[in-house]
Amino acid sequence: MVAKPYFIFALILLAGEILFGISMGIQYLYGDFLFPAIPFNVLRMVHVNLLIVLLLFGFMGATYYLIPEESERELWSPLLAKITFWVFAVAGVLTILGYLFVPYATLAQITFNDLWPTMGREFLEQPTITKIGIVFVVLSYILNVTMTVLKGRKTTISIILLTGLFGLAFFFLFAFYVPDNLVMDKFFWWFVVHLWVEATWELILGALLAFVLIKTTGVDREHIDKWLYLIIAMTLISGLAGTGHHFFYIGTPGYWLWIGSIASAAEPIPFFLMILFAWNMVKNRRIQHNNHAALTWAKGTAVMGFLGAGVWGFLHTLAPVNYYTHGTQLTAAHGHLAFFGAYVMICFTLISYAMPILRGRPHGNGPKAQKVELISFWLMVIGMIGLTLALTVAGVMQIEMQRIPDSVNALSFMDTQTRIATVYTVRLLFGLMVLSGLLTYFYSFFVKEPKVSM
Amino acid sequence: MSERITKNMARNIYFGGGLFAILVFTGLTFDTVNQIPKLSHENTMTKSVALGKKVWEDNDCIGCHTLMGEGAYYAPELGNAYKRLGAGDEKTFKEYLSGWMAAQPLDVPDRRKMPQFHLTPEQIDNLADFLIWTSKVNNQEWPPNIQG
Repeated sequence: MVAKPYFIFALILLAGEILFGISMGIQYLYGDFLFPAIPFNVLRMVHVNLLIVLLLFGFMGATYYLIPEESERELWSPLLAKITFWVFAVAGVLTILGYLFVPYATLAQITFNDLWPTMGREFLEQPTITKIGIVFVVLSYILNVTMTVLKGRKTTISIILLTGLFGLAFFFLFAFYVPDNLVMDKFFWWFVVHLWVEATWELILGALLAFVLIKTTGVDREHIDKWLYLIIAMTLISGLAGTGHHFFYIGTPGYWLWIGSIASAAEPIPFFLMILFAWNMVKNRRIQHNNHAALTWAKGTAVMGFLGAGVWGFLHTLAPVNYYTHGTQLTAAHGHLAFFGAYVMICFTLISYAMPILRGRPHGNGPKAQKVELISFWLMVIGMIGLTLALTVAGVMQIEMQRIPDSVNALSFMDTQTRIATVYTVRLLFGLMVLSGLLTYFYSFFVKEPKVSM
Repeated sequence: MSERITKNMARNIYFGGGLFAILVFTGLTFDTVNQIPKLSHENTMTKSVALGKKVWEDNDCIGCHTLMGEGAYYAPELGNAYKRLGAGDEKTFKEYLSGWMAAQPLDVPDRRKMPQFHLTPEQIDNLADFLIWTSKVNNQEWPPNIQG
């Protein structure tokens, strides 16, 4: 039951996430929009920080839901989970309000960034005090989950989930290391950013997906476990050295050009295995679960995760290609589809599976509500694909005009951006489609069903 | 394929492969950390460069700009700003930068806007030193051309 507030709050944050994204899309076209009240960097800070926090809430809700079931016992401390929720929610909201209403430099000053500077780096903009808060929240969460697992039944899923969570906690510690040397700073910054997204979070993703597949297909656990091990083995083998694809052009040794390219060429494999995994389990299913929506989200996660993280990642992961694509809209295209396809969608999968049960409908929502939910699924998925394609075109145009010509003939950054305006309009329209999908999803919670006797 | 692999084999692939990857990555990390001082010319990193990095972070410049290709894609790359805007001359670049910072936000309708940060002349000088130092890092000759 403690999972419910986590899920609801994650969805609220997702709404904020999309609204801020759309505001940025407008500012890309009309620089005066919301300026000077909210400059672009503040919008972006809120946009990316909301994403991180909403995914953490989603993961926490998901674990608090599934760990008691996997362990076959009550959560070690439901009270601690509730307290953690409120501490994290209040701290998160305060931080976002700080971004919005206080100039960043002032925020840095009043949160003692001079004493221990950790701010002003992409994705790690949080004031040091918030970062310390995150550590405490994550530690109490891990303590709660670990104690539950230790005292109950230990399954492959819960062990892998725990491994992912410990990794998440360990690598976040690098957020506190900010050397004066920019290159050193950038190098270790990726220990948080890449090793979260392309290693430890993937373990969490795999475990969550396996859980939902067990529940909705009734396939034998031994079989699912085997797949899960293979997937996360490939994740770690390719993902760790794959960090190298971020070490091409930031002042690190040249051998990363080779190691990064080769290792990250293998990074789509675990995502491809996930597709095979989901399809295989659905094909061999032993039970007909009535929650079709949850199963659609599960299959969708596998496919979209592969497209966003695998295909769009591979598009520009080889060093000679990356030389031109590095820091263009292509990076943004990959980022959007990967985060949505892999991580936002796994949260939807879990919410779609667990929420009906938490609301007293063990067999899933009624057919009318599920129909609405499926419409929202397609609106969001097609919206995100459209948005990604638009950003891809924008990236290619940017490379053509600004990067490929020699220094004399190349257009400047701002001139190039002006010429891409039409494509940015298309991106914005698809962003609105994603928003309409989320609103439809919210609506599906309130669809009234005629009473059916089961 | 998976029919021929048992769960135990899969688990061993995970532990063995994972451990191997961790060891390789740790080894490469040590070597990289040893090489970075040379590649980044750490001996030319003055107090002013470090202070400039702090100015850069305290004002979240990365929220709009990229630096060596990383950051937001809303405003121009600044890793080579010294070469592009100062033509590689320190005095020219510093004059350009303080003039530019003073003129913000530009009064051009619909143009993307840079906020006015009210930096002191020392802070601008530090920021310039930081950007000059950054432009000299050996980063495999990226970006492809001066437009970044």
